[in-house]
Amino acid sequence: MLNGLWLIPTLPFAGFLILAMAGARLPHRAVASIGVGSVGLSAALALLVGADYALRSPAGNAFTQPLWTWMTVGGFSPSISLTLDALSVVMILVVTIVSFFILLYSSEYMGEEDGYSRFFVWMNLFVGSMLMLVLADNLLVLYLGWEGVGLCSYLLIGFWYRDPANIRAANKAFIVTRVGDTALAIGLILLLLQLDTLSIREILTRAQAQWPRGSEAATWAALLLLGGAVGKSAQLPLQTWLPDAMAGPSPVSALIHAATMVTAGVYLIARTHGIFTLAPDVQLLVALIGAVTLLLASASALVQWDIKRVLAWSTISQIGYMFLALGVGAWSAAIFHFLTHAFFKALLFLGAGVVIAALADEHDLHRMGGLRRELPVTFWTFLAGAASLAALPLVTAGFYSKDLILNQAWGSSPGGPLLWAAGLGGAFLTGLYTFRMVFLAFFGESKTPVIRKPGTAITVSLVVFAIFSLISGFLQMPDLIAPVSVFSDFLSRSLPQAAAASGPRATEITLFLSALIVPVFGVAAAWWLYLRELGLPARIAQRPIGAALHRFLLAGWGFDSLYNTLFVRPFVSAARLNRNDFVDLVYGGLAWCSAQLSGRLVQTQSGMIRRYAVGVLLGTVVALGLTLFLKELP
Amino acid sequence: MNGIPLEQGLIVAGLLFALGAAGVLIRRDILFILLSLEIMINAAGLAFISAGAQWHQPDGQVMFVFILAVAAVEVAVGLALVLWLYHWFRTLDVDRASRMRG
Repeated sequence: MLNGLWLIPTLPFAGFLILAMAGARLPHRAVASIGVGSVGLSAALALLVGADYALRSPAGNAFTQPLWTWMTVGGFSPSISLTLDALSVVMILVVTIVSFFILLYSSEYMGEEDGYSRFFVWMNLFVGSMLMLVLADNLLVLYLGWEGVGLCSYLLIGFWYRDPANIRAANKAFIVTRVGDTALAIGLILLLLQLDTLSIREILTRAQAQWPRGSEAATWAALLLLGGAVGKSAQLPLQTWLPDAMAGPSPVSALIHAATMVTAGVYLIARTHGIFTLAPDVQLLVALIGAVTLLLASASALVQWDIKRVLAWSTISQIGYMFLALGVGAWSAAIFHFLTHAFFKALLFLGAGVVIAALADEHDLHRMGGLRRELPVTFWTFLAGAASLAALPLVTAGFYSKDLILNQAWGSSPGGPLLWAAGLGGAFLTGLYTFRMVFLAFFGESKTPVIRKPGTAITVSLVVFAIFSLISGFLQMPDLIAPVSVFSDFLSRSLPQAAAASGPRATEITLFLSALIVPVFGVAAAWWLYLRELGLPARIAQRPIGAALHRFLLAGWGFDSLYNTLFVRPFVSAARLNRNDFVDLVYGGLAWCSAQLSGRLVQTQSGMIRRYAVGVLLGTVVALGLTLFLKELP
Repeated sequence: MNGIPLEQGLIVAGLLFALGAAGVLIRRDILFILLSLEIMINAAGLAFISAGAQWHQPDGQVMFVFILAVAAVEVAVGLALVLWLYHWFRTLDVDRASRMRG
């Protein structure tokens, strides 16, 4: 069964090709069955392959399938080959299953849009590229997938291309992630020059052998890889593109900007974890970036009024948790949070999509309310996702993954109370902003009439995701509840295990209880602020300090205006200064001169045959005279 | 044949050639241009004959036969062109047929 691995990315690519060439002429049903079906087959195959891998466990815990050699240039011959280890099994399962249900949802949700087949074309290309990214055997193929998903992200953010604002958002996302991509490309070249290979497995073994811990080469390589990860995963300081990326359709936000693509950075760091352990400074930086980003983003999520922007900031903050986990060496905790986050955040975005469509494209939480009665299925599933995001204890998946991260942030070597406290503060804010959104949208009085109710495909997807975001946490539970560690045992085949907090039992219980209680406090605060004391948040926002703080947080800590002043404006004014393109004047001048010369020469072409005869005669005389004259010379 | 030195033959040939060339340049009537071309061709032929006589070689006369053949072909093509020129422009003036100017 493992030999069918190549089919997993190929099926979505095939769907992409068929739809790209014939999609516009096919009826909607056919487009949907090709688009959803190819990814569904791929998901079924991923399940079979994953089960086969888990049962058979191939030699070296990795199965590599070479497809062909990409190119051979001067001894450098990267091959296109796929590799399957425990990490990529988890990745392909999450990617294909989440993609399948999101596409199923889209087949109904996007039904009335122009460009129905265009949507599926790019979505299928995205799924294929994402699978290439996570199955890549060497960094060059990984980079191919990396750029592929970036392209699809750009195309799908600008899906409604008639609105210039959407195009601006797409451009912003593309350009900001490009900063990170450039760092990643430089990192690849550095690794190739230093270690003479791009194969990930080889890189890790050679780096262990050649670079001492903390050496300069390892630090630079880790920094550049981190640059790529930060760009793609929208972490500080490149986080500004993700809130604007919400201009795309909701399924796109669910798939690309919540569940899969934005976590590619987490995958990259986990995949190249050997380099990060060789560069402890950079690894600490990863943890710090994660901690600062998760606090900053959850604070910004508190004040957003656009339901999708709340979720976007929350995505940034949850990926911050994953970075925190990576930074403290809790590799499998990061991937576990990736798994649960993919389910509950996809669910929340899909639910938000239903709400937005139900209220005639209304994004503003101010004008929502009372949807609990109008959209009961959406409400209950959204509540399940929100509970998981807020990490409500015991029954939700988010609780177990977040508890694992907090536990290891305390216990492992680069971690400590400070990082743990940041994570815990983030957990409080998460509970607060998540349930603020739930209470504003689904409770209270109805403010806008509901015009569209979800159909079967949407309901099925929502319910499936709701189940996943409740039960997927039981794969890994703390010892205090039940000693289940299926997930980390499985991942230990390809990622080293982190040391859990192994202090006295009292510490362990304190950590567990705090992770249990703090999110509940957050939810209680949301209840008090947004259901009990209805006017209180508005009153706070009216005070001068409150208003300034509100504006500051709403604008995402002013990063956009900072980058505008630092980079965009100088660049635009330089471009304006050079509007006539000084360098081009030289080439333009050359062209003008030859045009003038040609104009002169054209005059000789008079059409008078006798003048030509004169020319021939004179030419002959001159040539003859010249020959004779030259013969006379000594 | 021996009485005529090479120089005199070449001088006559040069004069004939210059006359023909002047005719080509000066005349506007295409028939006269063709006539002048014939004179130029025959000038070249005369030069060959003179040279052949000087060195007692048959090559000069062989060349003249070739030249006659070329001249006959040229006349055939030239006259066909003359007919078409007259057909299109109703004139034999080559300066009027100057539509291929740049």
